[in-house]
Amino acid sequence: MADPVISIRGLRKSYGEFEAVRGIDLEVQAGEVFAFLGPNGAGKTTTVEILEGYRKRSGGEVSVLGEDPQHGDRAWRERIGIVLQSCRLDPYLTVRESLGLYAGYYRAPRPVDEVVELVGLGGKADARARSLSGGQQRRLDVGMALIGDPELLFLDEPTTGFDPSARRQAWETIAGLRDLGKTVFLTTHYMDEAQRLADRVTIISRGKVVASGTPDDLGHRESLPTTISYRLSGEEVSVETTTPVTDLHELTGRAVEQGLELEGLEVTRPNLEDVYLSLTAEGEEE
Amino acid sequence: MNGFALFAHQFRYDQKAFWRNPASVFFTVMFPVVLLLIFATVFGDQTVDVRGGIKTTAYYVPAIITLAVISATMQSLAMSLVIAREDGRLKRGRGTPMPAWVFIAGRVGNSAVVALLMLALLALIGRVLYGVAIPWDQMPQIVVTLLIGAAAFCCLGIALTAAIPSQDAAAPIVNALLLPLYFLSGVFIPDDQLPSGVIHFADIFPIRHFFEAFFDVYDPGSGGASLQWGNLAVVAIWGVAGLLLAIRFFRWTPRGG
Repeated sequence: MADPVISIRGLRKSYGEFEAVRGIDLEVQAGEVFAFLGPNGAGKTTTVEILEGYRKRSGGEVSVLGEDPQHGDRAWRERIGIVLQSCRLDPYLTVRESLGLYAGYYRAPRPVDEVVELVGLGGKADARARSLSGGQQRRLDVGMALIGDPELLFLDEPTTGFDPSARRQAWETIAGLRDLGKTVFLTTHYMDEAQRLADRVTIISRGKVVASGTPDDLGHRESLPTTISYRLSGEEVSVETTTPVTDLHELTGRAVEQGLELEGLEVTRPNLEDVYLSLTAEGEEE
Repeated sequence: MNGFALFAHQFRYDQKAFWRNPASVFFTVMFPVVLLLIFATVFGDQTVDVRGGIKTTAYYVPAIITLAVISATMQSLAMSLVIAREDGRLKRGRGTPMPAWVFIAGRVGNSAVVALLMLALLALIGRVLYGVAIPWDQMPQIVVTLLIGAAAFCCLGIALTAAIPSQDAAAPIVNALLLPLYFLSGVFIPDDQLPSGVIHFADIFPIRHFFEAFFDVYDPGSGGASLQWGNLAVVAIWGVAGLLLAIRFFRWTPRGG
């Protein structure tokens, strides 16, 4: 396999006494959409800002596109695009002008009009940033990160605070990046966002990785208890079990023997939201 | 792209943003014009007891030009840099291949252009409305004095951003520093009416020296004064101090989180 685009070994970051990042390892391969998932304050932004070259690490090894971000030069910056967690764009420049301004920062930018279409702002090309909705400003922000045609794109909580329709539009834009062959490093605290967009997800809590994998096999869902619930003579019964087949066999066998009907019998596997909550809750108990 | 092309690119967009922003146009361009009209209207018929007595309007035209230069440089730069910093735009710009100095240079270029424009605008108003002659043969000295002042007050404006914690605090802090000094330095009140103690106090600061240097080369009554190197040296020392403070304390990332 080719060298990973991002490689982190034993990353640590302290602010005085407080350890925000406590030994993180991860790799991101070329062309994948990688989601870095965790609750607020888990160390996501600290980590991504170390990768972007904004912060210095306290310990560990970091390589982004083959370079140490702490010493990233102009040529390295040509190859990455950054969308910060919060940034207000110049309110008095239009969509096209904002992109034109950033296009001038790069040696070989993508055509402005192409990027306008790419982020779905075709009808707003000559609107000033101040007249755009929050979701549209965010997509312009993504466009400004894309204008230099980077290989790697960082998106720090791109949809936080969005209403559902703005989120769905932002998701479409991000999903479109995969088709361009970009590597995307996405931080989010929304499980459904990671599930929807990412090829691989790493969950962190309290500065440590608590789970890693594809959205489907994340957190070894098999090992988490399955819930069997039913109603018996009007009473709700709910049982958690790690051996659902045996238990279900026994339960239904007894019910048949005694001629009882188990109303509303249901077997539920934990969904990703449950996995996420249980994993990040474990972190908090430390 | 070479350095100048990068600067020109940034400058072009900074110009657009400046002229479209009603607050920057009002405070930097309209406010000095309004001040000149008010002072000239209220005190127009009086004379000021400097150099054997000159018309009040001949005093206020160079006085308000110095104010306009400081406003276009120190005030405008401090405000716009704090706003861009707190919005996250400076931080975002630093994430691009653009060298950091370009973001400052574009705005400094904008300030210099606006300062020269204000010289032309206020000199023209003085000539047309109040008959204050434009000292054409003094123009080289006037422009050199203006540019030295503009450079120094740009440095001070950039340095001042380090003392401004938020967007809301920008206007109060800048005005609290500048407004009293305009009064004490003879910009608002002719200096024949100021006690000498006040003038001595104002002499510590660059506004008084910039005003004196500019007044002497602008006022036709001064009979073709040459550049006031003593005053300009004090202005330049303040500018260099500002530059050193700016290099040490300027920040690119928002203070508020």
